[in-house]
Amino acid sequence: MAQLNVNGRVVDVDVEPDTPLLWALRDNLGLTGTKYGCGIAQCGACTVHIDGAAMRSCAVTVKDAAGKKVTTIEGLAPDGRLHKVQQAWIEAQVPQCGYCQTGMIMAVAALLESKPKPSDADIDAAITNICRCGTYARVRKAIHRAAQA
Amino acid sequence: MNAIMPKLSRRVFVVTAAAAGGGFALGFHVPGALRTAHASAKGPEVTAWVVIEPDDTVTIRVARSEMGQGTLTGLCQLVAEELECDWSKVKAEFASTNENIKRKRVWGTMATGGSRGIRDSQTYVRQAGAAAREMLVAAAAARWKVAASECEAQKSLVMHKPSGPTLRYGELAGDAAKLEPPKSVKLKDPKDWKVAGKAVPRLDIPDKVMGRPVFAIDTRLPNMAYAAVKHCPVFGGKAGSVDEAAIKDMKGVLKVVHLGNAVAVVADSYWRAKQAVEKLPVTWAETEKNAKVSSASIREFLKSGLGAENIPLARNDGDAKAELAKAAKIIEAEYEAPFQNHAPMEPQNCTASVTADRVDIWVPTQNSEASAAAAASASGIPLDKIEVHKTMLGGGFGRRGAFQEPVREAVLIAKAAGRPVQLIWSREEDMQHGRYRPVSMSRQRAALAADGLPVAWTFRLSGHSIMASVRPDSIKNGVDLHFLAGLYDGTYAVPNFELSYAMRNTHVPVGFWRAVNSNQNAFYRECFVDELAHAAGQDPYQYRRKMLQHEKGRRDLAVLDAAAKKAEWEKPPAAGVHRGIAVYASYGSYAAGVVEIAMDGGEVKLRRVVIALDSGHVASPDGVVAQIEGSVVWALSATLFGEITIRDGRVEQSNFHDYPMLRLDRMPVVEAVLVPSGGFWGGAGEPAVPPVAPALVNAVFAATGRRIRSLPLTRHGLVKA
Ligand code: FES
Ligand code: FES
Repeated sequence: MAQLNVNGRVVDVDVEPDTPLLWALRDNLGLTGTKYGCGIAQCGACTVHIDGAAMRSCAVTVKDAAGKKVTTIEGLAPDGRLHKVQQAWIEAQVPQCGYCQTGMIMAVAALLESKPKPSDADIDAAITNICRCGTYARVRKAIHRAAQA
Repeated sequence: MNAIMPKLSRRVFVVTAAAAGGGFALGFHVPGALRTAHASAKGPEVTAWVVIEPDDTVTIRVARSEMGQGTLTGLCQLVAEELECDWSKVKAEFASTNENIKRKRVWGTMATGGSRGIRDSQTYVRQAGAAAREMLVAAAAARWKVAASECEAQKSLVMHKPSGPTLRYGELAGDAAKLEPPKSVKLKDPKDWKVAGKAVPRLDIPDKVMGRPVFAIDTRLPNMAYAAVKHCPVFGGKAGSVDEAAIKDMKGVLKVVHLGNAVAVVADSYWRAKQAVEKLPVTWAETEKNAKVSSASIREFLKSGLGAENIPLARNDGDAKAELAKAAKIIEAEYEAPFQNHAPMEPQNCTASVTADRVDIWVPTQNSEASAAAAASASGIPLDKIEVHKTMLGGGFGRRGAFQEPVREAVLIAKAAGRPVQLIWSREEDMQHGRYRPVSMSRQRAALAADGLPVAWTFRLSGHSIMASVRPDSIKNGVDLHFLAGLYDGTYAVPNFELSYAMRNTHVPVGFWRAVNSNQNAFYRECFVDELAHAAGQDPYQYRRKMLQHEKGRRDLAVLDAAAKKAEWEKPPAAGVHRGIAVYASYGSYAAGVVEIAMDGGEVKLRRVVIALDSGHVASPDGVVAQIEGSVVWALSATLFGEITIRDGRVEQSNFHDYPMLRLDRMPVVEAVLVPSGGFWGGAGEPAVPPVAPALVNAVFAATGRRIRSLPLTRHGLVKA
């Protein structure tokens, strides 16, 4: 049994302490917006915020997440409202299949917290998520749009 | 907002709004977009495609799959256009596969592949919209006791023109639904379109940015367990002995299920199942022959096809061999392309619930009827007792249509476990048990006439046929035209042209990989044409133009010109910038591309990709632009890094660290030029792919003088993964 703080709530999860946070979120807490893509910190589909920083939840154990504030896509904007990154994503019509997009959005939201007006080079360095559908051009456009918002 | 909002379905497990709002899902949910026809829209069904609620909400049913390509929105635009309904009131839902089977396929085929989602169904979905509109008008006319010809439909209202009263569609739908649909309807001329052909926001995007559970992998059912699987690493092998005792005490483990070529472990969470299946000792029974196969042995095998005699000719114009025998100078080149994996971001998965007389599956599928058939055969339960709950697909690219192994496996596992089970293939399983783009090789020989253009050209391909296993009856007289896509029907004017294909099937399973055989074929032909232009001392753009100066070549020529114009080909490139060009027709459309690169310390840097596309008509222009952007990324990943290799009979790559993808930092500027010429319906999801690899490789030649004849570029030290 481990205790997590997810989206502002403290919850108990019945998992081994070395379980990746990703699976505790998906299977124990039903927070399926966080996606499994590779399981080895390569793709970013599982990106969440841990104490505000973008982290790949497949590579963070429940033990390491305990005592920290975890935010998932479901908790990015309170009360079902849209975060400015989500808004920009709709305006730029970014998603295709959408599977990578929640991780992408979480990575971008964290980037904009630390760098409100990122340059293209900042974006290249920070956003390393894989999108197999190839939405990168729109991702870049939408990041700049969100930075203006 | 035209969102596909999750709503309570007949099998109510959840309210997805909880997940969207930052709280926790209430334990169980089913993907929001899987509302199937019988379970969802409640209002009167005016036609099978159109349901209108009393509040004027129009639910349009979609039979094809949505895997990111935007077909869902495009099809709705076409229906809405003819229906004359208010676009802001449109919602989409997937038509029920089960009802399609029971209702004599009222929604037609549910297969989604070959860039056919819109082009093959546009006629009947537009007719369905038009028929519904006429029925609504007839219902209004009957109520007013006037002639239908005096009434007009617009924006979800019917108006009696002479006197001015209106009735809302919502008020008329019940009456309209009782009418016989008209036998024939007249469709609008696309030039009069108001909703179709316009850039409208996609219907599926709001759910996707909110992280709502729209994918099959998000399904959560009461009492559901999870399964992880491992397949025999050597293709064609089987599981022999399994030491179940080794894992039986692992926490959460419920069951081991034998699947023939694979073994699955069921547990109370996916992570526990995955840990256990990895630990489970399995002795595999594989044939010695297959276990010896390597990429090198496959290469030798294919190479034997390049010179093989007595291969039937797929095309034989003039007498190319005789002309070549006379020629003073022959240009000859061998090209090759490796296996590729689809690697959609959502790995293969299927959730199954099997009872004594019914099967429900939730699966990302490009062909829900094939999924239903797979579930029926695995369960022994008749087809009319199977429901496929369609979800959004986290990518498809051809992986999830003809091949339904995850469905078979999930059904067998759920049956054995006696409870609903979600089966997920790990990324490693997905990478090592794909249906790969076929490996292939080519040898081309050509002689040039005095004007520099080819007078004779022989083109031999060798490689693994997809059709040989999927649709053998399509191979006539030993000729598999599918393998020769874009070549047997190519439009370059060459007086003596001979095309042949030596089939060389390996033990590696092959399948339909976005743009399929046109990928390799475009690479071969368009790079070789570049070699010919160079030998003739001519500009590669102008050289191609000369070979397209005939009626059949006019559309290829037009896209070639459009791409060259946008890329300003006639002006020399900026210092340090190098360009390549290519043109290829596929999936009923015509595409040309220009790729600009720079070299940086011996490495290729992508700068810009221009693609011109003529798809005839365009239902959803922004959707087509997105497909071009995505096609470019797809092709670039493959050209730069993509390669599945075989060693000891198995795939060597296992995840994204050794099968890398293009990422944002290398993304070039992509410029899409839509030049729809009207009069036909071509595809949009694939045709932009084929020109990219040859245009890039031709740019590499322009930059370095090196002819690259095998891919990916990482093999040649031109790109670091
Ligand atoms: S699933 Fe975590 S990075 Fe890919
Ligand atoms: S939108 Fe499909 S993987 Fe990114």
